[in-house]
Amino acid sequence: MKIAGLVFSNIHDRTIPEMTRMRTMASIPFGCRYRLIDFALSNLVNSEITNIGVITHYNYQSLMDHIGGGKDWDLARRSGGIKILPPYITAYENAVAAKLYTSRLEALLGAQNFINRCGADYIILSDCDAVLNIDLNDVMEDHIRSGAFLTLVTKRMDVSKLQFSHERDIAVVDNDGRITEIDRYIPKTGELDISTNIMVLRRSDLQNALNEALARGYTSFHLDIIGKNLSKKFFHAYRYDGWYSQIDSLEKYFSASMQLLNPDVRHCLLGNPEREVYTKIRNSAPTKYEAGASVSNSLIADGCVIEGTVENSILFRGVHISRGTVVRNSILLQDTYVGANVSLNCVITDKNASVRDDRVLSGHETMPFFIGKGMTV
Amino acid sequence: MFKKKECVAMLLAGGQGSRLYALTKKTAKPAVSFGGKYRIIDFPLSNCINSGLDTVGVLTQYQPLQLNEYIGNGLPWDLDRTFGGVKILPPYQGQKGGDWYKGTANAIWQNMEFINRYRADYVLILSGDHIYKMNYSKMLAAHKKSGADCTIAVIDVPLEEASRFGIMSTREDGSIFKFSEKPKNPDSTKASMGIYIFTREKLEHYLRADAADPKSANDFGKNIIPAMLAAGEKLMAYPFVGYWKDVGTIRSLWEANMDLLGEHPALSLLDESWRIYSRHEAAPPQYVGSGAIVQNASVTAGCEIEGTVRNSILGTGVVVGKGAVVEDSVLMDGVTIGEGTTVRFSILDDRVSVGKNARVGEDRSKTDEITVIGADCKIPDGGIVPPGAMLEDAKND
Repeated sequence: MKIAGLVFSNIHDRTIPEMTRMRTMASIPFGCRYRLIDFALSNLVNSEITNIGVITHYNYQSLMDHIGGGKDWDLARRSGGIKILPPYITAYENAVAAKLYTSRLEALLGAQNFINRCGADYIILSDCDAVLNIDLNDVMEDHIRSGAFLTLVTKRMDVSKLQFSHERDIAVVDNDGRITEIDRYIPKTGELDISTNIMVLRRSDLQNALNEALARGYTSFHLDIIGKNLSKKFFHAYRYDGWYSQIDSLEKYFSASMQLLNPDVRHCLLGNPEREVYTKIRNSAPTKYEAGASVSNSLIADGCVIEGTVENSILFRGVHISRGTVVRNSILLQDTYVGANVSLNCVITDKNASVRDDRVLSGHETMPFFIGKGMTV
Repeated sequence: MFKKKECVAMLLAGGQGSRLYALTKKTAKPAVSFGGKYRIIDFPLSNCINSGLDTVGVLTQYQPLQLNEYIGNGLPWDLDRTFGGVKILPPYQGQKGGDWYKGTANAIWQNMEFINRYRADYVLILSGDHIYKMNYSKMLAAHKKSGADCTIAVIDVPLEEASRFGIMSTREDGSIFKFSEKPKNPDSTKASMGIYIFTREKLEHYLRADAADPKSANDFGKNIIPAMLAAGEKLMAYPFVGYWKDVGTIRSLWEANMDLLGEHPALSLLDESWRIYSRHEAAPPQYVGSGAIVQNASVTAGCEIEGTVRNSILGTGVVVGKGAVVEDSVLMDGVTIGEGTTVRFSILDDRVSVGKNARVGEDRSKTDEITVIGADCKIPDGGIVPPGAMLEDAKND
């Protein structure tokens, strides 16, 4: 049985504009050393799915730089491996593909070449805003056992604990694991099956569905291809029970990152020896804690130099914290430089940001103070 | 067809490193861990690629498994090349029989074919015993400019230590007129770093002559260099200034690790223009817990620290439990320190596991002796390992 993976790198870009101005959703840095696409790719690779297409849209330079030849995920292969699928636009103005895609369905239509040629029996679709560590073999087995047309991975969550920043697809699931409704309506109480947008189906079924969508002028994968066929075909929900977070706003990015300080969350996402998360290797030196350093409850990447105080924070590779500085509840991305006697609280700095000596900056956990890529405060 | 390479590097990595005792029981010295996420051999290999040398033969002999695995196809050092790259060269059987490498010179002699297939003009000989950052291309340029037959890198050492090294006496122009191996009364402080550049024809000529001499120890320092001097060949000293440390003993290995610490460390690995590359695992970021104290320490990926770590170097995936204290120590990959345990002035090799409330070593102010625990050893709860002890896992015999 051959399985191919298709990863959407841009689908939810607009949900977190602060960080996607210069990059794709897929290449948003997360968890000290990863980028969001690492979770999607590692999930596939750890389930021995090594024929992967990455659908891109715009701003994908940083993504291409990150993926390179795919070696760090063991995806540099003679046969299969990872392929970046740039947007498919024809030169003819009136042609169907004369514009950049605007929906998942259009993106899939643009990737038809990959789908038609990959030779796989099944295709697994996945997005990059979903942070989770899932055994896709288990999803495959469940899919085949159930005999479903399509299996959608859902996460059951208590509605009162959710903070929805953007529209979310909700599946209504009956006792047999059958999806009876796909909706964007969110009730006030009770438990919901939220779509992680990880799906599996036969390649031939996907090809047929895409042809049908073209013929009928469908625009939405969820509402049309799934929604309009719920009564005719068996759509199955696979309920994932591990830690899951959907990065759909800066606030959510902040809270999901901070949850990594919880050892259970960290071990579920990053600490499973059977399902490691891979990323581009940067060859940073180990992190140096100087004599005056004081660090507590923090997650820290390699290549940092810490001279000051760091509490409840996430430091990416190459961050420098100078003497007399106190960093609390903050997320500092790669190569952020923080000068001396600075105080930071609930701050997110993007790559290569710098904070000059003696600055005092504070946000709130519901609205973190954001310093853009390469900016100096 | 092999592309011509101007200079091929040959890295002697077959040594046992017997003075590292437990640390080299299962592995060759060049594969011993250093500085948290490196192995000794990362330094010469990174120096090669940073110097623009992309063809490296690594001569292995003693316990080569870990070293072979570690080097693999050379990817971490950008040495997985279609033309050139890193090649492991173990001793082999030929038509007329074969033999182990009898000495450093013999090891190169047995692999002349490797050098010749690249039609190299120059051969750089390196050893896998030292921690240093050096631009070999500058040395090669000096070698070419002087037109020497052999150039030997030398470093100034204190006179009282000179008798531990091979000592060069040079004329004003840097040419060598005398070489003495570990002299009792040294007349110079220029110590050989064990780094040679030979013009290939001369190297082949002297290696052939050396191979024909049954009394020879087949060693560069003992035989080849003296023979070339005696024959009046042009040998030049190439002065090197910078950090250079032989890590052949427990004490020097510990010291070299400690040289990474402090605000102005003797050896800095943070220099982006001369990176040291290494092969490492996909470990999650390091976590420092709420009650932890980490000061003057070097910590790498996968570590989970709940206790106190001071003046120490931690390798990948080290766990330090609550209330544990690690001071003046080097903890290699995957070491686990249980709650309430103290580890002082020690080197713990890969995957050593120490239970709760144990005591390993003694405060540095109270002892001169470094405690060493070999790979995979398990110290039970409440166990005491006295200062200067050298433990090995019984299963490794």
